[in-house]
Amino acid sequence: MKISSPMEAWKYLPGTNCKECGEKTCLAFASLLLERKKKLEECPLLSEPKYAEKGKKLAELLAPEVREVEIGIGERARKIGGEDVMHRHERTFFNRTALAYDVWDTMKEEELRERAREITNWRKFYVGEFLNVDAIAIRSVSGDAKTFARCVKRVAEETDFPLVLSSFDAKVIEEGLKEVSDRNPLIYAATEDNWKAFMGIVKSYKVPVTLFSTDLDMLNSLAVTFSSAGVTNIVLDPGTYPTGKGLEETFSRFVRIRRAGIVDGNKGIAYPLMSVPMTAWMVNGNGTGAKAENTLETSYWEAILADLFILKYADIMILHSIEPHSLIPERTLVANIYTDPRRPVSVEPGLREVGTPTAGESPLFVTTNFALTYYTVESDLASNKIDSYLMVVDSEGMGVESAVAGGQLNAGTMKDALESFDVEQKVKNKTMVIPGLAARLSGETEDVTGWTVLVGPRDSGRIPGWMENNWPPETAT
Amino acid sequence: MAKEITLADIAKILEKYDIVELEDVKIKGDIELELAEGGGVALPPSITQALQSIISAAHVSSSTTEAIATTAQALQSILSPGVGAGMQKAQIPATPAEEPDLELIRTEFKVAKTEWKGQIEEVTIGATSADGGTREGTVTIGGEKALPFYNFDHQMPHPPVISVDCFDIPITLAKAVRGHYEDVMEDPGEWAKKNVREFGADMVTIHLISTDPTIKDTSAKEAAKTVEDVLQAVKVPLVIGGSGNPDKDPGVLEAAAEAAEGERCLIASANLNMDYERIAKAALEHGHVILSWTQLDINAQKTLNKYLFKLGVPREDIVIDPTTAALGYGLDYAFTNIERMRISALKGDTDLAFPISCGITNAWGAREAWMKDSPIKEDSDWGPAVNRGPLYEIMTGLTLGIAGGDMFMMMHPKAAAAVKRVTQMLFGATRDEDKGKRVEMGDWVTWRGI
Repeated sequence: MKISSPMEAWKYLPGTNCKECGEKTCLAFASLLLERKKKLEECPLLSEPKYAEKGKKLAELLAPEVREVEIGIGERARKIGGEDVMHRHERTFFNRTALAYDVWDTMKEEELRERAREITNWRKFYVGEFLNVDAIAIRSVSGDAKTFARCVKRVAEETDFPLVLSSFDAKVIEEGLKEVSDRNPLIYAATEDNWKAFMGIVKSYKVPVTLFSTDLDMLNSLAVTFSSAGVTNIVLDPGTYPTGKGLEETFSRFVRIRRAGIVDGNKGIAYPLMSVPMTAWMVNGNGTGAKAENTLETSYWEAILADLFILKYADIMILHSIEPHSLIPERTLVANIYTDPRRPVSVEPGLREVGTPTAGESPLFVTTNFALTYYTVESDLASNKIDSYLMVVDSEGMGVESAVAGGQLNAGTMKDALESFDVEQKVKNKTMVIPGLAARLSGETEDVTGWTVLVGPRDSGRIPGWMENNWPPETAT
Repeated sequence: MAKEITLADIAKILEKYDIVELEDVKIKGDIELELAEGGGVALPPSITQALQSIISAAHVSSSTTEAIATTAQALQSILSPGVGAGMQKAQIPATPAEEPDLELIRTEFKVAKTEWKGQIEEVTIGATSADGGTREGTVTIGGEKALPFYNFDHQMPHPPVISVDCFDIPITLAKAVRGHYEDVMEDPGEWAKKNVREFGADMVTIHLISTDPTIKDTSAKEAAKTVEDVLQAVKVPLVIGGSGNPDKDPGVLEAAAEAAEGERCLIASANLNMDYERIAKAALEHGHVILSWTQLDINAQKTLNKYLFKLGVPREDIVIDPTTAALGYGLDYAFTNIERMRISALKGDTDLAFPISCGITNAWGAREAWMKDSPIKEDSDWGPAVNRGPLYEIMTGLTLGIAGGDMFMMMHPKAAAAVKRVTQMLFGATRDEDKGKRVEMGDWVTWRGI
């Protein structure tokens, strides 16, 4: 994106404040364009001839530095690439790294279907929503086109995820593609050797294509050749060497390609990048008789590669382990890095109700107004159907442990909260449960507030067990 | 007014009037185009352009009728001979043509190096007998002139180091960690030895947590004795940590600094919430390095560092700890905080140009690292906690290493080993390791799986 302020974008808008886009002013619309929360097409005037020229210019100025490519269709479609910055604090990263997990065409049918379902249905609650992974990569192990096509068909029946069809043989790819030509799958991969055949396929089927070479001159050449031929739905795989010098060079390639695209403005290579952390399995597990221990270690190494390239510019990656210990941290890291760093870190302090608490009977839990802490505690209570009150103390947006250390959560701030939220109206037994990580504050808080203070568990996930042993408190019965 | 014309007719008309560009053209009503079989009419380039402008005008206009859109598509397919007229149909051709006439457009990939004007301070921890200490070796961190592992800009001068934690009393640990330390928890000296001997620690951190009045209120004198024991037990450089209690730490760390006179330990830590002056002076007086710790706040870090400069702490005696938050529990803040500090430093902000220490053991605060099952009933199965924990520590460590961390305080031996291995590779220390056994990059596609 070539502009950085709403005013710059505003200059290209009609300036009539017609409100057709749903915003009160063109300036408001401009600022949402910059945030990518509105699209240019939502301004109807821009399509009129007298504004067309400006509209075209604005579209160019707003285009992300790295091309955005969509894979899949419908609700599950994922946009990849489309990034504007090298570091998330410079603005934000927009399209999270799509995590694709593999299946292969030599799997037994039931195993194949089960694995496809498992990948599709996996979910993990995190800060107010369920996380999913993004795509399924289908590998042609057999090398046989019919076998591959059958596998693709079966997977497509089990999932609505975007698919990545993987083979270096254009005939195999095409057979698979015939099964899912309406699903906008990403195909993998055109190389120095097979690119002509792949270009033919891409032009016929209009699907996004991965170009692969570990030689950056060749990768750049392939990208320029394809784009010159009108194919711009391109993803680039510069190769992911899993260890040693190869890994050091891989890291360098990812950073330098993205830098060339964003900093140097080399449009010829400014496409989404693919990393393949599953190459970890090529080194540690040879596929026959690998011990369980080795499997665990290899899944760790795969996650390490995933970590590196989630941070450094992979827009889509292909992974193998679908064990929970892999999926949970990998997907969580994506969520963390691709969160908009400008979003507020705190929630409004106050007294919240979870479920349908009863005044005088339900417990009062205390937490801080750090968003992450608050959402965690709130969801733990709600998911376990614990009707309760939750007092959110103004800790200046700090988590419990830091706020206790830094003094933002102490007897005084808890007293202030009790008073300003008029908590006594609801919690007549004058008993509060403070976080286990704030245990050291219990005595002083009792003295300062005159309330009975119970110390809860160190992690709110353990509140259900804590309730069994501690609630209702003996004095209250 | 409906009338049939052929494309050749359009071409003729346009040619007749020597039209190169069409402006404000609107096509109304039904237009039928008859396309000659086998591809159409060769048009002069000027006419092609003119027709294209009709098409693009048709695309832009909001009042575009379906007829125009269809026309535009038809015209476009004529104008792209390589694609073929069959493309309008939903049906896919049986065999896509290769592109035999196309040649690869050879280009060279070029990218500029990034040069920074700033450099991170180089800090050495530990002192050998030559320098008045008793350590067998020292550890040097910092000195960077580029972002971590950006060896293509400037070779990183020192790889990150790992300090393995031990504590002065037995503590509650996640099951996955506890098993490795159960036999040494009663004895900090033995604990430290195990960290070095079995887990390959570059350094050891002794946390004097029992000095906290709410834990055991161990006296400063006793804490100093523990430090002496650990110094005896191991010969690697030491990090000495207090309990974090703001009232108690200054006295405890003073006594510890005195007991470790001349060993050039890293004293952890000076913090704005406590009497950092006493701690800094103790470090200064007894020849140690000071850890300047702030909580996810770049301005607070600058402020505290400036206070330390004022107290006369030399630049080569400062390491900073901008706070580590666990994966899933604020790692994004920690990552960006560290990354911003490092970039500011490289841009020339000397207040922040110090090696960075990260308390990676904090990763175990994430419930996913230790909790048996998910407390959220709708979650997919979490699998065994013992498998999750080490990876939480590894990924928290590696992520902050990529942000700018030079030193990681860690706990799980496997996690420490893995972070060490990958950071050594990125640093370039293992450039010979994969000689001769490089994997073929395409092999993953046909890998038979396990």
